[in-house]
Amino acid sequence: MAAATVAATQPQERAKRTRPKKPPTLRTVLLCAAAYLVGLIFILPYLEMIVTALRPQAELRDRDYLPHHLTFSNFTNIWSTGLGTNLSVSLEISIGATLLVLLVAIPAAYYTSRRKFRGKGVFLILVLVTQMFQPTSLIVGIYQEFTNTVHVNSTVALILVNAGFNLAFAIWILNAYFGAIPKELEEAAMVDGTSRIGAMFRVIIPLALPGIVTALIFTFIAAWNEFITALTLTNTDSSEPLTVKMNTFIGQYSTDWQHLFAGSVIATIPVIILFAFIEGKVVSGLTAGSVK
Amino acid sequence: MQETVDTTADAAAPTAARDRSTGAGPIVRPSLARRARRALAPLPWLAPALALIAFVVLWPVWEMFTTSRQHINSYGFNLGDYGWKNYSTLFADPNLGSVMARTALWTFAIVAITVLISLGLAQLLNRSFPGRRLVRWALIAPWAASVMMTAIVFRWMLDPNNGVVNVFLHQIGVVKDFNGSQASWLGDPTAALWWMIAVAVFVSVPFTTYALLAGLTSIPTDVYEAARMDGAGKWRTYRAITFPLLRPALLVAVLINLMNVFNSFPIIWTMTGGGPDYQTSTSTVYMYALKQFNIGESGALSVVNFGVVIIIVLVFLRANRSALKEG
Repeated sequence: MAAATVAATQPQERAKRTRPKKPPTLRTVLLCAAAYLVGLIFILPYLEMIVTALRPQAELRDRDYLPHHLTFSNFTNIWSTGLGTNLSVSLEISIGATLLVLLVAIPAAYYTSRRKFRGKGVFLILVLVTQMFQPTSLIVGIYQEFTNTVHVNSTVALILVNAGFNLAFAIWILNAYFGAIPKELEEAAMVDGTSRIGAMFRVIIPLALPGIVTALIFTFIAAWNEFITALTLTNTDSSEPLTVKMNTFIGQYSTDWQHLFAGSVIATIPVIILFAFIEGKVVSGLTAGSVK
Repeated sequence: MQETVDTTADAAAPTAARDRSTGAGPIVRPSLARRARRALAPLPWLAPALALIAFVVLWPVWEMFTTSRQHINSYGFNLGDYGWKNYSTLFADPNLGSVMARTALWTFAIVAITVLISLGLAQLLNRSFPGRRLVRWALIAPWAASVMMTAIVFRWMLDPNNGVVNVFLHQIGVVKDFNGSQASWLGDPTAALWWMIAVAVFVSVPFTTYALLAGLTSIPTDVYEAARMDGAGKWRTYRAITFPLLRPALLVAVLINLMNVFNSFPIIWTMTGGGPDYQTSTSTVYMYALKQFNIGESGALSVVNFGVVIIIVLVFLRANRSALKEG
């Protein structure tokens, strides 16, 4: 209680002390300027991506920052390269992996948050370790598994791999959300004659919705951006997700930059916006409870 | 210290349960069926997760080890057991030394620079100023975007003919001629490596900054109050209070970065392909390049890489002990 009051009043006091009644000091202005500059630097490449995608063919190689004319034709022409197919492959992989992760992570996270049992610690460690592994470090093994032994089409394989490597984040963040819901709420529902599973669906899942949405968006984006496994397991143009497709636009001698960037804008900007919704919650999921 | 307390608590729990079930009578252990049922109770809830992990994480680990001991020719035909031959080929590989040295430089430089920049940025973004939300959103972009796409944009911005980096450097007089050897940054192995390190820092800073920001906001404000009452200056407050309290967050951020950077693939693959002549390859990129024509040696290198990954994981687990105990 006392700490909370201190916390609430303290920033005002500090503000008063460092900033007399004058309008914003030079310090504040410099601070703001520095922060805006940093912000600008971090979106600069993506602005360049958009600008290049809007450049007319004739101005592609101009040595300037902004073109004189803007054109949207790159965005309409690009579909003739078969981008629609790749877009739907990306969607299939990402949606498939997200659903699979939720299906698998919700029961595991629910049970570990509610029950004490032998091997719980081992289970959570195993999950944490898979978070640390990345498809990259196991790529030779993944390649051998899916070319020699497991014969499924590459989309299914990518759904499985993406789900497996993003499971940890979902389990840890859901475990935290489920754990924060008082047991009494659930028990009340069970006293009223609902089964444990019924209580999970009616009480727990609605209350943990922010956590579920975070896990959902995070997995979707991770699967959407995944590159090395997709590069390794796909071998036909029509089975490639967007990331691999974009890479094929880069040629040894000539590169179709405008279409490349039109495609990149389509593949990138929605994800950045989506990510903004969960920004605050992602860190706690990734650092799995060690940063509080 | 805490760890010891915890193990005893863990050990005590099953004992207590057993005592309760036996009551005051002679030692009657619960029937085998009951114990089996209790042990298997979590299974329906955890089995799907375990199965998925076994299928896409553990199986590839096993495949990787097997591959590293097989003789597989460049057409992909498996000619049977090869003993440790792939490993001797790998260790005799003239590229290995420089690739490993480069990997060490790559990993260390990126993590160090990223952490230094992020420490500053986290301080900056922890202040309140108009438009802070917008700046924090801007910082998200490289984190949310595919690293591969970010790398492609940088490759374009470094284009020797009209990349905006060269346009800018030409304006301020650093780059003399377009299309010259100086302007083709990615053609020179040393310059290319540093540009790629810069790109890797660029994509690593957002997560790191956010992790440190989370650490900063968790520091109770009354600690600062006390420090001010004691007359501690800004720098001293940072060194004596902020930095020590930030250490757990910093440690985890460093380890996650180590893992990401060591395994980093799309930046180098997209910007230089690891070339010319593997001169910009790290061990991950080299492993991928080898996979195309000598998968056995590639398997051996991936086992070596995996060893590094395991070491990072072990350190990570030690750092995460407190989190694990709660679970």
